[in-house]
Amino acid sequence: MKNIFFVTLLLCFGTALFAQETGADKVLFKLPKATVTDMKGTKVNTEKISNDGKPIIISFWATWCKPCLKELNTIAEVYEEWQAETGVKLYAVSIDDSRSSSQVKTLVNGKGWNYEVLLDPNSEFKRAMNVNAVPHTFILNGKGEVVWQHTSFSEGAELDVINVVRKLNAGEPLPH
Amino acid sequence: MKTHLLTYATFLAALICIFPSLLQAQNSSIGSQVNGNFQMDAQYYRVDSAIGALPVPEKMQMNSWTNITYTSGDFNAGLRYETYLNPVNGYDPRYKGTGIPYWFVDYKTGKFQITAGHIYEQFGGGAIFRTYEEHNLGYDNALNGIRVKFTPAKGVELKGIYGTQRYFWDKGPGIVRGADADFNLKDWIPSLENSKLRVRIGGSFVSKYQADEEIYNSSQEKLMLPLNVAAGAGRIDLGYGNFGLNAEYAQKINDPNATNNFIYKKGESLLLTATYNQKGLGIILQAKRLDNMGFKSKRTETGNVLDIGYLPAITKQQTYTLAAVYPYATQPNNEMGMEAQVNYKIAKNTFLGGKYGTDIAVNFSAINSIVKELVNDTTLLDESGTLGYKSPFFKVGDTKYFRDFNIEIGHKFTKSFKLLFTYMYEEYNTAIIEGHIDDTVLVHANILVAEMTYKLSPEKALRLETQALLTQQDEGNWVMALLEYTVAPKWFVSVADQWNCGNEDTEKRFHYPLAAVAYNNDANRIQLSYGKQREGIVCVGGVCRNVPASNGFTLTITTSF
Repeated sequence: MKNIFFVTLLLCFGTALFAQETGADKVLFKLPKATVTDMKGTKVNTEKISNDGKPIIISFWATWCKPCLKELNTIAEVYEEWQAETGVKLYAVSIDDSRSSSQVKTLVNGKGWNYEVLLDPNSEFKRAMNVNAVPHTFILNGKGEVVWQHTSFSEGAELDVINVVRKLNAGEPLPH
Repeated sequence: MKTHLLTYATFLAALICIFPSLLQAQNSSIGSQVNGNFQMDAQYYRVDSAIGALPVPEKMQMNSWTNITYTSGDFNAGLRYETYLNPVNGYDPRYKGTGIPYWFVDYKTGKFQITAGHIYEQFGGGAIFRTYEEHNLGYDNALNGIRVKFTPAKGVELKGIYGTQRYFWDKGPGIVRGADADFNLKDWIPSLENSKLRVRIGGSFVSKYQADEEIYNSSQEKLMLPLNVAAGAGRIDLGYGNFGLNAEYAQKINDPNATNNFIYKKGESLLLTATYNQKGLGIILQAKRLDNMGFKSKRTETGNVLDIGYLPAITKQQTYTLAAVYPYATQPNNEMGMEAQVNYKIAKNTFLGGKYGTDIAVNFSAINSIVKELVNDTTLLDESGTLGYKSPFFKVGDTKYFRDFNIEIGHKFTKSFKLLFTYMYEEYNTAIIEGHIDDTVLVHANILVAEMTYKLSPEKALRLETQALLTQQDEGNWVMALLEYTVAPKWFVSVADQWNCGNEDTEKRFHYPLAAVAYNNDANRIQLSYGKQREGIVCVGGVCRNVPASNGFTLTITTSF
């Protein structure tokens, strides 16, 4: 009986996984529903994250995470060029809790970043996206489906990010 | 009976999984998907009595968890399998075991969202209610019960929760129930729509119930315990152009418990935040007062478990190894403090900014005690079964808990060379923060960190961290160096050494070398490290845990799917 239970479970997951394999490029998953807050204090449903059919980068970060700041600082230097070339938009989702969430705005302004910044103070969106640790970066296609993800950051990793965005725009298979 | 249960479970699993798949065939807009993540931390220990790494009988210890979430349209369910065999050094041994301590089902329909099972939720800033998990600290106070969210109109959100809290593999004895309302006035008052003024207000109410138990005061008289303890909080978030002001005030009725020595005084907390922001400049000022606000769903509990409210420290969370040696931890029952921070960017193509601009961050925080006065001539301060003390709201106490002044400067000199410099002055009260009652020591420390990154090629980089902690107290001076070589985006290799060069006891001037290699591919990461770990405090968010000294291998595997 126990075996039948597990086989059923496996079958279920199998069905669901197959459902995800459709499409030109492998879609990892659709953006889950979670409530986050923008910098003006307005609640935003994560399903509504969009960019007029162009690719989106979602980067999970925190004010206390050094590699995260390095990643966002590095991209900030070339962000305007990236936007002009590919139309990409970056959502920087801060997982700072109420200890430091009030400092997010101060830091973002202090650094002069032009990203769409979202606050996820109780990690609701982080959990829904199965993020283990920050930094964790996702790339979404024009339909809002996650097609690529990467954890950690080192100098030069931003080149991979823009490379994936370019390939998405060109309709080419993505590198992994 | 067991077979019966499994039959039902199989049937239910089949129904939950196959039914949406069938629906999906009919309606392509409802897709179902399974996601999850996995983490494993395993340590192999060697005995090293010199640094205090004691023998570990099982030689190896392992923590691991796997989350699986199933989503189909508006339906969402998930579970987490955890195994601690046995918990890695520094984790509470009560986690020992294997099981599924977390699962939930969630459904959204129109203006309602219903969640049953284990719930992570926060009211406002969390002062009187926050359940969350921080695996790397072994912290999880999930509410096991139900939650209803109701959004009657745009800009209004009402939430209600009811349940008990996670207590390792068990549940806490107290029942927690509460409600929260949040209003964004911009959506209500049409004239605010295009105004520079932003107003958001909210309020919450939480009550805990715990059955009576036998607790005695110093004269061996049984205390009359309140079975229901109520707490209320109000908050306002105001913004006008570049200025912002945020306040959260909370109050709790008498709640005699082990953290306040069973006194009957009411508790209160206030957090005030003022901000100014424009492109290239951010300023924040915070003030905070906590008076008898320890709030747990078990009266006799004093550890980092069963917290109902969340009272974060308002000090900067330091992440460089030596800067994080003396971290502050909130004192929920007795603390008054302030923090100020300025972030500024010197524009590029200026004398000080250079070609790429310069980032500057200055931060200062100061935390003291509150003032405690005698209730009357016959009652001792904090005497069990009494009101304990009186405390004038605006007076700052004499006991210094913590000071931190730090400045961080980041500058990119050329396309391939970056420098990040940090200076920090810190004062740290070991008696209050670490609870060493016998030896009150105020540690004064100067900390210097220089981090240099040199790009060898577009994908290859070298990073060098040099750190020094200078102090006359505690273990004396420490120095550290870390060299990391990265090949983006997949490989990290690092070697580091910490040296307690200034220990008064020359026999204890130990080295703590550590080497690590990590491989990343997409959302998968494998990291292996070998070396010595000094005893220390690790903090994430508002919680800290003490990690004992160790010597050996650590293997970490994480993945998301």
